Amino acid sequence: MTKLLVGSIDDIDVKGSRTLRIQDKDIALFRLSDGEVLAVENRCPHKGGTLSEGMVCGKVVHCPLHDWKVDLRSGKVQEPDEGCVDTYEVEVDRSSGAVYVKL
Amino acid sequence: MDKTKKKLVLVGNGMAGVRTIEHLLKLAPHLYEVTIIGAEPHPNYNRIMLSSVLAGGASLSEIVINDWDWYKENGIRLLTGHRVTNVDAKAKKIVTDKDVTLHYDSLIMATGSNPFMLPLPGADKQGVIAFRDIKDCEIMMETSKKYKKAVVIGGGLLGLEAARGLLHLGMDVSVVHINSFLMERQLDQTAALMLQNELEQQGMKFLLRKNSSAILGRKRVTGLAFTDGTEVEADLIVMAVGIRPNVELARSVGIEVNRGIVVNDWMETSEADIYSVGECAEHRGIAYGLVAPLYEQGAVLAKRLAGVETAGYTGSVTSTKLKVSGVDVFSAGQYDEPPGSRALRYQDEIDGVYKKIVLRDDKLVGAVLFGDTGDGAKLFSVMKSGESIKGREKELLLGIAPGQKGADPAERLKQLPDDEIICGCNGVSKGAIADAIMNKGCASLGDIKACTKASASCGGCKPLVEGLLSIYAGDNVVKAKEGICGCTTLDRDEIVAEIKRMRLMNVKEVMNVLEWSNPEGCSKCRPSLNYYLGMLWPEEYKDEKESRITNERYHANIQKDGTFSVVPRIYGGVTSPTELKKIAEVAERFDVPMVKFTGGQRLDLLGVKKEDLPKMWEELGMPSGHAYGKTLRTVKTCVGSTFCRFGTQDSISMGIRLEKEFERLNTPAKVKLAVSGCPRNCAEATIKDFGVVAIDGGWELHVGGNGGVHVRATDLLCVVKTEDEVVEWAGAFLQYYRENAQWNERTSNWVERVGLEAVKDALAEPEERAELYARIRKTLDLTTDPWKQIVEDGSLRKNFEPLAETQTV
Repeated sequence: MTKLLVGSIDDIDVKGSRTLRIQDKDIALFRLSDGEVLAVENRCPHKGGTLSEGMVCGKVVHCPLHDWKVDLRSGKVQEPDEGCVDTYEVEVDRSSGAVYVKL
Repeated sequence: MDKTKKKLVLVGNGMAGVRTIEHLLKLAPHLYEVTIIGAEPHPNYNRIMLSSVLAGGASLSEIVINDWDWYKENGIRLLTGHRVTNVDAKAKKIVTDKDVTLHYDSLIMATGSNPFMLPLPGADKQGVIAFRDIKDCEIMMETSKKYKKAVVIGGGLLGLEAARGLLHLGMDVSVVHINSFLMERQLDQTAALMLQNELEQQGMKFLLRKNSSAILGRKRVTGLAFTDGTEVEADLIVMAVGIRPNVELARSVGIEVNRGIVVNDWMETSEADIYSVGECAEHRGIAYGLVAPLYEQGAVLAKRLAGVETAGYTGSVTSTKLKVSGVDVFSAGQYDEPPGSRALRYQDEIDGVYKKIVLRDDKLVGAVLFGDTGDGAKLFSVMKSGESIKGREKELLLGIAPGQKGADPAERLKQLPDDEIICGCNGVSKGAIADAIMNKGCASLGDIKACTKASASCGGCKPLVEGLLSIYAGDNVVKAKEGICGCTTLDRDEIVAEIKRMRLMNVKEVMNVLEWSNPEGCSKCRPSLNYYLGMLWPEEYKDEKESRITNERYHANIQKDGTFSVVPRIYGGVTSPTELKKIAEVAERFDVPMVKFTGGQRLDLLGVKKEDLPKMWEELGMPSGHAYGKTLRTVKTCVGSTFCRFGTQDSISMGIRLEKEFERLNTPAKVKLAVSGCPRNCAEATIKDFGVVAIDGGWELHVGGNGGVHVRATDLLCVVKTEDEVVEWAGAFLQYYRENAQWNERTSNWVERVGLEAVKDALAEPEERAELYARIRKTLDLTTDPWKQIVEDGSLRKNFEPLAETQTV
């Protein structure tokens, strides 16, 4: 398991996201309104839409292409659609603000 | 035989009598033991549809209303092929011509009418018939196979329907009429001549002002002779000169008979326990020949027999809406302008439309419509209500123009009272149809047809029935009140009112205070709340980019592969070599896969990676074209007076001015403008949200157009003289739209919904316009070009770039 320092929590706007590419994977990091930071594969299982561009509502992101709803904790797509995305473990050092992604 | 049930005998198996039984079965299914006696060898069928059978629109089996099974299922004894020959009112029994005797407790005489056969010499020859029952139809169909020439005597409704049917069967048809014009019982001369014209085009021939004197031929008819000495060849003669109530039996019993069997408001005759309904009955001096009044009579009689309270039948104001041979005709009340009345007429010989309304004092007493009968139901409703129409005469005559409040057909339907008859052929009221939809699970035209019989005959009421379906089924689908999205039950107006009242200042506060079911909303409501807040508090509200739809957040259009398109602002579609060179260089430098012209008269750079966006904007140095999002998109122009030989005004400078004035405006939905330099309208301004068309000495201002999925042409708002006025009105209109429409509602839908009149009223006063304009100016003055803003602000720019190089820990 590799632990990667990807940036600081202030690099991500609240309810916003940033992207990164690690080892051929496109990953989207989301900072939720309660402070939690979650990371998922940046690719909607429907038609490959970039989830990082979607709207965050609670713990769910709405894909910008066709509004599929992806739960950022589990990676699962919400009803009535089906599918799931890879999720990645994130660690946030609250004192320094450093954000780590574990692969 | 159930001894506790009373015996009810119905003499006559036609539409009015059986309808009475249908009602009775619903009201008091176990009260009576019913016997029906009919002379024809058929179950209950729709006589009105015989015309359709002849014209090829229906088969004989399709016109049966209640088949043999219905009688069995309802425990009704049916005797067909019987004629009642004697009624003993004291002993309360009847005898038929086949020697069947029946006792009754209550008797209904529904013997209908007989066709009046002209007592001409030769009327007994083969090939001379009426047009009344199935047998007549069968003879016509048989005859058409072997013979050619048909003559119909009688140019009234029935005669024309017969003629139409015979034409369809391939015969050579002439209609003989004693009067100088057709259908004088429903139409005035003008409408009748227009009808005649139409029918002649269909191949019908007319012999008007001809009085028949004799039928020629030996065993079979060969011709018809007239009193003026002329003759016409005929292999078939159909007499359609009128009907006479069939009162023979009633008269023989000693019941009071006038033209028809006299009945009171509860359909009682002069003899106890004997009732009468239908064409054979005469109520307050009128024997009706149209189905709607007869069905009304049947409903009253059923209540009477069931012991249900009823105010009785008070007579009907009749209207006739017909498709005579495919031509729409409507007639109601005193259409023939009796003394003391005044008329308004509208006649269009080009489109074949004629309308007349007849007034007495300030009330509508009659109407005739030809060609365009859409307003028939409304006019009839006004006639029945007896309301004053003072001041509305022309509006009633010409119909309400589209785009005006209440013009919406759905609105009109909603306003009709429940007892309004929608289907004249079958006497089905609006209430009955609504009930079928809401309580009996009818969800389609077919369901409603099966359940109520509406639209099962001529089909003329189909659009109305479909309209009712969408009104009532629409409501039914969503039983609970629906809000702007699944997160709330509040609608747009309620939300905006609460935001104003409580001075709510951000999206989160709104969702909290108004008790959203999802604490962070959804992709529908977050952007709409963001919009409403920005619209209401332009100065105080800080736009929340996380609540913007993707394109608006990134100020570019997201494509299917995650790349974006870049459209810089090109005002009024006018560019320059320098500008073009700049765009070209940037496209080359960034290796842009596709450069394309947009419909909005500018250039689109497609396939740009998100991280390249700020850099590209910086190098272009041009403002955002806002080709994305709910805002002003473009102002298209045509060349106009700068160079065009037809241009009456400078559409280019007007367009550029408008685009500069209103760019970056947040609107409920995208807004597209255009300015044309003359009425040739090369900029297609009349499918725009706000379109400007130059005329000599001024500008026409058009609103509510849409060139997309549902094309809608604009409505004319007004005409102004100066460019300044164009800007003033545009600003006022756009601001009124911003303040009142739903998020995601285009101006076309909004104008349809609220009506052009409402918009005109709101913008009528110069002070009102000035205030609206001031508010929109204030909003616009606070905006700034987003591309420039993002380029210069690192905290915004970072969102376009991936996180920096990662380090393994």
